[in-house]
Amino acid sequence: MGIRMIRRTTASRRMAVLAPMGALLLAIVLNFLLYIVMGNDPGAVFYALLLEPFVSWSSFSEVLLKMTPLLLIAQGLAVGFRAKVINIGAEGQFILGAIFASAIPVWFPQATGGWIWPLMLLLGGMGGALWAALPAFWRVRLNASEILVTLMMSLIAAQLLAYLLVGPWKDPMGFNFPQTVMFQWDAMVPTLIPGTRVNVALILALLWSALAYVYMQKSFQGYQLVVGGLAPHATAYAGFSEGRAVWLSLLIGGFAAGLAGAAEVAGPMGQLQRSISSGYGYAAIIVAYLGGLHPVGILFSSLFMAALYIGGDNAMVSAGLPVAAVRVFQGSLLCCYLAAIVLVRYRLVRDGHEVPA
Amino acid sequence: MPAPLLSLRGLSKSYGTVRANRDIDLDVAAGSIHAVLGENGAGKSTLMKLIYGVESPDAGEMRWQGNVVSPSSPNAARSQGIGMVFQHFSLFETLTVVENISLIVPGKKRELVARIRQLGQDYGLEVDPLAHVHALSVGERQRVEIIRCLMTDPKLLILDEPTSVLPPQSVRTLFETLLKLRDRGVSILFISHKLEEIRSICDHATILRDGAVTGHVDPREHDAHDLAQMMIGRDMPAPRPFVPREPGPVLLELAGLDHQPDDPFQMALKAVSLKLHAGEILGIAGVSGNGQAELARLISGETRRHAEARDEVRMFGKPVGDLGAAARRRLGFAFVPEERLGRGAVPEMSLSDNSLLTAHGRGLVTRGLIDRRAEDAFTRRCIAQYDVRTPGPQAEAGALSGGNLQKFIVGREMELAPKLFFVSQPTWGVDIGAATEIRRRLVDMRNAGAAVLVISEEIEELFDICDRIQVIREGRLSPSLTVSDTRVEEVGRYMIGAEEGTA
Repeated sequence: MGIRMIRRTTASRRMAVLAPMGALLLAIVLNFLLYIVMGNDPGAVFYALLLEPFVSWSSFSEVLLKMTPLLLIAQGLAVGFRAKVINIGAEGQFILGAIFASAIPVWFPQATGGWIWPLMLLLGGMGGALWAALPAFWRVRLNASEILVTLMMSLIAAQLLAYLLVGPWKDPMGFNFPQTVMFQWDAMVPTLIPGTRVNVALILALLWSALAYVYMQKSFQGYQLVVGGLAPHATAYAGFSEGRAVWLSLLIGGFAAGLAGAAEVAGPMGQLQRSISSGYGYAAIIVAYLGGLHPVGILFSSLFMAALYIGGDNAMVSAGLPVAAVRVFQGSLLCCYLAAIVLVRYRLVRDGHEVPA
Repeated sequence: MPAPLLSLRGLSKSYGTVRANRDIDLDVAAGSIHAVLGENGAGKSTLMKLIYGVESPDAGEMRWQGNVVSPSSPNAARSQGIGMVFQHFSLFETLTVVENISLIVPGKKRELVARIRQLGQDYGLEVDPLAHVHALSVGERQRVEIIRCLMTDPKLLILDEPTSVLPPQSVRTLFETLLKLRDRGVSILFISHKLEEIRSICDHATILRDGAVTGHVDPREHDAHDLAQMMIGRDMPAPRPFVPREPGPVLLELAGLDHQPDDPFQMALKAVSLKLHAGEILGIAGVSGNGQAELARLISGETRRHAEARDEVRMFGKPVGDLGAAARRRLGFAFVPEERLGRGAVPEMSLSDNSLLTAHGRGLVTRGLIDRRAEDAFTRRCIAQYDVRTPGPQAEAGALSGGNLQKFIVGREMELAPKLFFVSQPTWGVDIGAATEIRRRLVDMRNAGAAVLVISEEIEELFDICDRIQVIREGRLSPSLTVSDTRVEEVGRYMIGAEEGTA
């Protein structure tokens, strides 16, 4: 007996909440089957991966620390995704943010004052926005796909970072390691909770989320972006500017990623080095979609993804899970989500039967 | 008497609390052209979906050639010999005509192309089999749909408002097609609101009102007035008496507009000139696909001209050729496009949010934020004033029937009180009562001094409401014809190009 998909007349709110949860469950089951096949003890992996991040305050504080850049970037990207401006180059914008922010402590290592870290964050945001402005320009002017351009700009950003670290910005006292000087005290974002590495950037990320909520759910400009994503012809009909939507989407996404990059070097890193991003720019794409591109959903999905990072580290140490396992988990989660999300707009009907939605 | 081809007994279907079909009885004899008449929301489309297997009935029995059936899918219905042409077309826009057809009709592409051409010639349904569907006009898309159905050799062909997009000449050829089909034993279920058409070709009519059957009649024995009364349950609204007016200043002027679209499938416009005065209605007649869509975009601002050509379009005396749609709207212009879903309205958004699309300047946005209360009030006003049948402002636009969404969009644009109003296909797919109401309101706007431009493929409609008519054919506009001393046939001749050389 076959199963058909029937389009719902209205999107199901219930499914919009249930689909990500179902996808999560399915991904967990699939991955644990994988761990069993790989010969790991599923109980130990389960504990290390999904419970341990939450059971102790010290590991949970690390989750919050990881969550900060994911939350910032994903909220920014979601704005563009809803307008169907697909910026997948947050990684590069993140790196540029880190570079811009590092300029102050690298060039003025002796400077002191409470203005330094806020200025660094601002510069970082601007750096990210600048890096995203190029794809926006090419898209509006030449109709060049922002998907390709943003992705390629990420590769350029990585090279730029490498050049700075082995060249002009290398720490002269750093035994030839590709990294800058350690930043001075005033170039560090203040910690929020004593004894942990959680810093003020978490507050900024939460404020940024509130802003994203107002912007996307309440403002007319956000509405115009959403219309552009859903029905481009309606945008033209109403006379909303498509170019402006592209600019706004990319600048907001770039700014957020740059801010996250700045907060990373001025936070847990304390210097600019090659491994400043553990793929935050890409992971944030999954976070954004997993959160249903909704500011509130992203709050939860970023927390979850951060826990997965920490849990993955734990599982590597305590359960012998390979490094790639976390990536596999992330990837399978996104696939499950994309499959499940169809149920928001469609319902399944067995041939010949009507199943209540 | 032989068993009917299709026989329905007590068919019912509810959607939530809405009882779309109640206890429907219907017999379609073999070799009959059977009309189903009813207003929007009367349940015609639901009934057709039940027959075609798109939906399953809650109760009742369906017999096909004497056997009880319950088609579970359109595929099942098609394999039994039921074909349907929907009001909303089900074609993939990114595929070509022949690719669309090959999705359900087996055969080599080359053979299909030949068969499409053949059917097109036989039935006057000419369409380029290799053209992409997105580049076709509404009328051409319908031809594709009809051809696609004919290719599966159906025993019963369901046509949902088939003539609303065809020019008079093609309606005639379509009717000849339908009669040929009938004579070969194919029955036709014909949904229409054009009563004269039903009277001219249908031998049976079933009338629906509020989801229930209100009568089975022979339409040839009743006049249009009787039928309309059975359909809407009250007297027809009278057309607005024509008030002669001195035309005011020119509010819209196209001066020798030439336009070569980037898309090779679109029609180029050549030396298009028109003048529209305050206090008059100008109609653009023509067979679909002759440049109406391109002209509409140039007037609405969805297609912008470069700055040097800005004088080619003038509104309120100002050159606007290089302005976008929003800037033109700010001058006092409003527009109802031909496509409702995805252009005039965002299907996934609520009606409230669809109000915002063009009415955001009417106090619906304060300091950059959406005023939900004002949005809701505006939407409720549109729903109430224009008789939009919907659960409320939060219903998704895509869930409304075509006619209801059209009423909503027309209402939204009229509520903007434009001084220059442009409507493309104002009553396409809208029931007779609502269509009359929309036409009345257009005439009211004219009488109040607004300039109204109407693109329509229904000549009768244009003759009803317009002061002047110009005909578009192959991207060129005919000279202006004053309706009061023009006959329908003259317009028809311009439509098929018989006036060329004398124009």
